Amino acid sequence: MIISVASGKGGTGKTTVATNLAFSLGKNVQIMDCDVEEPNAHLFLDPAVTETLPVVAPVPEVDPGKCTFCKKCMEICRYGAIAVVAKKVLTFEELCHSCGGCLAVCPEDAVSEKRRELGIIEKGTIREMSFIHGRLNIGQVMVPPIIKKIRTFTNHWSVNIIDAPPGTSCPVIAAMHGADFVLLVTEPTPFGLHDLTLAVEAVKLLGIPHGIVINRAGMGNDEVKRYAQNEGIDILMEIPFSKEIARVYSRGEMIVEKMPEYKQKFLDLFDRIQTLAGPVKGVVGQ
Amino acid sequence: MKIAVSSKGRDLDAPVDPRFGRAAYLVVVDTENLEFEVIDNSKNINAFKGAGINAAASISEREAKVLLTGFCGPNAFKTLEAAGIKVANDATGTVREAVQAFKDGAFSYADGANVDGHW
Ligand code: SF4
Ligand code: SF4
Repeated sequence: MIISVASGKGGTGKTTVATNLAFSLGKNVQIMDCDVEEPNAHLFLDPAVTETLPVVAPVPEVDPGKCTFCKKCMEICRYGAIAVVAKKVLTFEELCHSCGGCLAVCPEDAVSEKRRELGIIEKGTIREMSFIHGRLNIGQVMVPPIIKKIRTFTNHWSVNIIDAPPGTSCPVIAAMHGADFVLLVTEPTPFGLHDLTLAVEAVKLLGIPHGIVINRAGMGNDEVKRYAQNEGIDILMEIPFSKEIARVYSRGEMIVEKMPEYKQKFLDLFDRIQTLAGPVKGVVGQ
Repeated sequence: MKIAVSSKGRDLDAPVDPRFGRAAYLVVVDTENLEFEVIDNSKNINAFKGAGINAAASISEREAKVLLTGFCGPNAFKTLEAAGIKVANDATGTVREAVQAFKDGAFSYADGANVDGHW
């Protein structure tokens, strides 16, 4: 089963919900931190890393001896990643989407493929749980390939909890696509509601069952609840705005461990997710 | 000598567009006789990425040797540099005024991008 934990913006407690949900289950669970621009789940979890893998993508390399500067490569590239000026071919690897267009179109066979490292993936364990996250290399911007790579490590015989990146663009879609359930974490504030509505639109477009967790409930107003009711989305859990929780969180500790009454609340949340998700679909991307 | 100016309009009296890659037009002016050619840059305005690179390539094709603009990102700068085009970043007023200021020697050339990407 795949549960993707998402929120329209950062700082809503998405990672807190994802990690505490995992800890409440304790085993047969894998945490997949897909926020590859700013992975932070490991800070709370302190996993023992057992494997590190590079994520590479092919990018073009041009042989100036063969090139006749015909510009066909530049014309085909939709991303402006290759430019021909003044009898020079420039490549902008960070813009390249590795589509292979330039390689295919070059009449002189001047373009070859070289490998560029986009980022790395680290796999590890925390007690009886599995952990995986990815990290974008400095200066790289191609996020979705790293998320897709992380997702190839989905454990189909256990629960996979994805900590999705914030926002609603390509990286988030890559982290929600193929999930059995999307858990939307929000705050009861006007900003929270605004970002929530965007996230809900994305989830509806993908046709994935979903529900809401309100974090820091009690602050702000009731707009989120009204919105959820109008949209027919269930509010599955409310985590109150409390000093004790804030303290646990700021020490990098698990709410379900320091405040045991929360373990049951997260297990109840998991039950409701299972009911709403229905029979799991199985393999990612199908 | 030919110089390119990023412009909001199609003639010499149009205001300079401070953006380069996403300028509406690129006007390539011959400083000798003020004859000019207009490049419609509109397909670049909405380009997802690489607008500055494409704009740089198109003024290079018209054999401009200097670019007068407001902001120039790193990828555009790299392309302009490879094409041997010098960049002056503080152009203001109309295209005609910018060209005159250039002829009066009022510009200094940038030695790097003055804005991060996405322009
Ligand atoms: S398509 Fe090939 S030959 Fe033509 S400019 Fe590009 S690299 Fe050179
Ligand atoms: S592989 Fe595709 S995106 Fe990359 S430079 Fe070639 S055409 Fe452009």
